[in-house]
Amino acid sequence: MVLIDVIVTLFLAAGIFFMLTGVIGLLRFPDFYTRLHATGKCDTLGEVLIIAGLLLYHLFVYSPGAELSVKLVPVKLLFLIIFIFLANPTATHAIMKAAYKTGVKPWKLGEERR
Amino acid sequence: MNAKSGKGFGILVTFCALFLFWLLLSGIFDALHVGAGIICSAIIALISHDLLVKEKGDKMLSKSFKFVIYLGWELWQIVLANFDVAYRVLHPKMPIDPLIIEFDTSLRSDFALVTLANSITLTPGTITIDIKDGKFLVHAIAKKPADALLVDKTMQNKVADVFMEW
Repeated sequence: MVLIDVIVTLFLAAGIFFMLTGVIGLLRFPDFYTRLHATGKCDTLGEVLIIAGLLLYHLFVYSPGAELSVKLVPVKLLFLIIFIFLANPTATHAIMKAAYKTGVKPWKLGEERR
Repeated sequence: MNAKSGKGFGILVTFCALFLFWLLLSGIFDALHVGAGIICSAIIALISHDLLVKEKGDKMLSKSFKFVIYLGWELWQIVLANFDVAYRVLHPKMPIDPLIIEFDTSLRSDFALVTLANSITLTPGTITIDIKDGKFLVHAIAKKPADALLVDKTMQNKVADVFMEW
């Protein structure tokens, strides 16, 4: 039990680290597009790592000896991971395209941050 | 394979996928829930099977197999991408130099284009802005990731290999 606790904690900590990096990037980067770089990528891996940690915890702590509907929870979490992998880049791309179409100018090196 | 049996195959595959999904999500196996699942899956499969299965059955298996291998490589690229962004965010001088690049691909099918676009968005330092007739518009955060797409073309070649569209 201790081993699974350690592994799950590592997953959650890594996920939180990447989410935090995304937030710092959102605050530090100079313009709309580069901010999307930070959030679009860090969010994906951060969320996936957190859900993976929850999945492992459920698989080893709650699932043994439980009824079938409880045993299916890790499968649902797995579906969540797959959908995040599909939806997150698509949403990032959609926001990016909308900004580009409305004429938001990309920041160039040496300009003032916006 | 003629067109008619191809259509039946498409409906069958869609129905099986939907029904499996229903069973996994509901987790209740009495007659009412399973019956409702069968009816719903059948209706949706009849209406929208052409969204999921477009082409005929041949080459589907080898393509799916290659796709799974590609996903493994892609997963590793995502981890690299996150470390790349984390480095750029946390570095005191913020080593970024954004630019917008444009390039052509030989890919034509929707699924291949979507795969490449999402892969570009998830891998280090690049986000897809727009696709028009196989022409990609990509925002890169620095010169190096842009060169990876323009010069090396590792990703384009991998995706083309998976979908057999050179």
